[in-house]
Amino acid sequence: MELLIGQMFAGLSLGSVLLLAALGLSLTFGQMGVINMAHGEVMMAGAYTAFVVQRAISDAGISLLVSIPAGFLVGGVLGLVLEAVLLRRMYHRPLDTLLVTFGVALILQQAARDIFGAPSVDVRAPDWLQGNIELLGAPIPLTRLFILGLSLVCLAGLVLLLKATPLGRRIRAVVLNRDLAETIGVSTRRSDQLTFFIGSGLAGVAGVAVTLIGSTSPYLGTNYIVDAFLVVVAGGIGQIKGAVIAAFSLGVLQSVFEYSTTASIGKVLILIVIVVFLQLRPQGIFSLKTRSLA
Amino acid sequence: MRGLLQGRMGTAAGFTLGAVLLLGVAPAVLPAFNLALLGKFLCFAIVAVGIGLAWGRGGMLTLGQGVFFGLGAYIMAMHMKLADASLFGGSGVPDFMSLYGSGVVPGWWEPFRSPAVTLLAVVLIPGLVALVLGLAVFKRRVKGAYFAILSQALAAAFAVFLVGQQATTGGSNGLSGFRSFFGFDLKDPNNKVMLYMIAATVLLLSLALARQLMHSRLGELLVAVRDQEERVRFLGYDPATIKTVIYVVAAVLAGIAGALFVPLVGIISPADVGVIPSIAFLIGVAIGGRATLLGPVLGAVGVAVAQAGLSSTFPSFWVYFQGLLFVLVIGFMPGGLASLPALVGRRRRTRSAASSPAAPARPAPVATSPDAEEKATVPEEARR
Repeated sequence: MELLIGQMFAGLSLGSVLLLAALGLSLTFGQMGVINMAHGEVMMAGAYTAFVVQRAISDAGISLLVSIPAGFLVGGVLGLVLEAVLLRRMYHRPLDTLLVTFGVALILQQAARDIFGAPSVDVRAPDWLQGNIELLGAPIPLTRLFILGLSLVCLAGLVLLLKATPLGRRIRAVVLNRDLAETIGVSTRRSDQLTFFIGSGLAGVAGVAVTLIGSTSPYLGTNYIVDAFLVVVAGGIGQIKGAVIAAFSLGVLQSVFEYSTTASIGKVLILIVIVVFLQLRPQGIFSLKTRSLA
Repeated sequence: MRGLLQGRMGTAAGFTLGAVLLLGVAPAVLPAFNLALLGKFLCFAIVAVGIGLAWGRGGMLTLGQGVFFGLGAYIMAMHMKLADASLFGGSGVPDFMSLYGSGVVPGWWEPFRSPAVTLLAVVLIPGLVALVLGLAVFKRRVKGAYFAILSQALAAAFAVFLVGQQATTGGSNGLSGFRSFFGFDLKDPNNKVMLYMIAATVLLLSLALARQLMHSRLGELLVAVRDQEERVRFLGYDPATIKTVIYVVAAVLAGIAGALFVPLVGIISPADVGVIPSIAFLIGVAIGGRATLLGPVLGAVGVAVAQAGLSSTFPSFWVYFQGLLFVLVIGFMPGGLASLPALVGRRRRTRSAASSPAAPARPAPVATSPDAEEKATVPEEARR
């Protein structure tokens, strides 16, 4: 029983990290069709932000609380620059954006290696996040609980933003029908920029979060990017609720598979599950109903 | 010059010229070390021919060619390990297995003791994997970004799987330390030249195959599927079948290239087949011109030469350079270097037309139908 709860929680925790990484991806992919392979490196930038902030503020608790908005800003600005310099020109070539942003990812990774060195660095978790709490006899690490909470807060914030503010209404209008939105006076240009800022900012927050459960290295992004994309694909492109369900199911499935087999076979099984799932629902869990053939 | 290179005669002449250069001049001129290096680059070029077909002509952005390359390579490596073990060790158990594993050859290795099974498997297994995957994906009309991401996840899973199986696949060290190739001693320089010749011949054959495919009805349908899949479906063809066939061809080419890579280079490890090497296969194809016949080959060899020259002396600079190549070529020159003459020609024409409207328009050397030509080489989505 304790084991089951422990495994379930490990899965939920993995799912919450995937969700944080995939939320922003789902937003940019959904709104603009941009496949941002550098999203993982934006996460990495957020993680290194936490590292730099902690060097400036030695108190681990305050530095964590400062790092979260700082990571959001760093990630967001990085995304904004990427959008303005490169991606803006290529909205009609989604597959090519994948390769261009892969190039950007290579550059950012090497930059991180040159600035911070290839060995990984550690960010100390604050005292109040160390230790475990007991849940029905199973030890639950507080850091993982914190990340779960953080991802839920980010999710709530994003949903609120999209559903309840004029800004969110404009973003949704652009997702549904870009031309029509433009016709009625929505500035798609500004909407694109904001979407990218928010999406990349969430990646930055995800980066700050993962410093609590592991060390930070230039390869941090590559560890998460493939799984985050699978979450977006399985959930349905541009679908936040799809991403939530997909992230937590993938997280739980992966920890169950890894527990019952090995880590490497678990990865392969996950992939098979997704391919089979896409056989049943090629458009993901949820899909936008449109009349387009594509 | 251009007229010479067109038409059936031109193709035959170009093919002969390539054969003379690769099979005659290169082995005579290059020292042994460089020849082996060129052989390795030619393996990448064989993969590039397949990617050119699948991606350039068919619009399937396959980010998982490393998997097929790796399947071919590991099959060949397993055979060579087993053959070495029976030839030199006597026990029949590869050295690393006695080190890390139980010292017993696992059952799924056994078939690869036979050279015939190995040669068949190098072709059939990558082809079969691609067939199953292609049917599963394309029949359900999973395409574009979904397909790209799935193929990338496949590469990631494959590399993780290999690393995890330390006892049977050598884990992250991979398989290395081969001594013989189907009974030929790998230390003998003559046998090294032979390996190079095999790689060059396979490249020439795969180019011939790609050329025939491009000019066949299937090749034309493939371009049509890339540009307007729905219209092809409305005409009564099944795009999934067309795409699957080409995907399988690309996978088989990658598998054969992997099998040649192992004896030429002497090692195969998960670092050669994962996500990053799989995407890296694409950049050469993009630089050369993804939808052309020769572009992918020249691009792949060019990038490999640059990497060999730069990465050892300036490792950090090489990564920046590689990243910039992706950004600049894909972002600003989607047709690759092959589209350069057309781009320059068009610019010159428009400029001369603007500066002297009275002057009679000089017929440009490529003026027969520049637009039609460009249509054939640059994917529709890239031209918008």
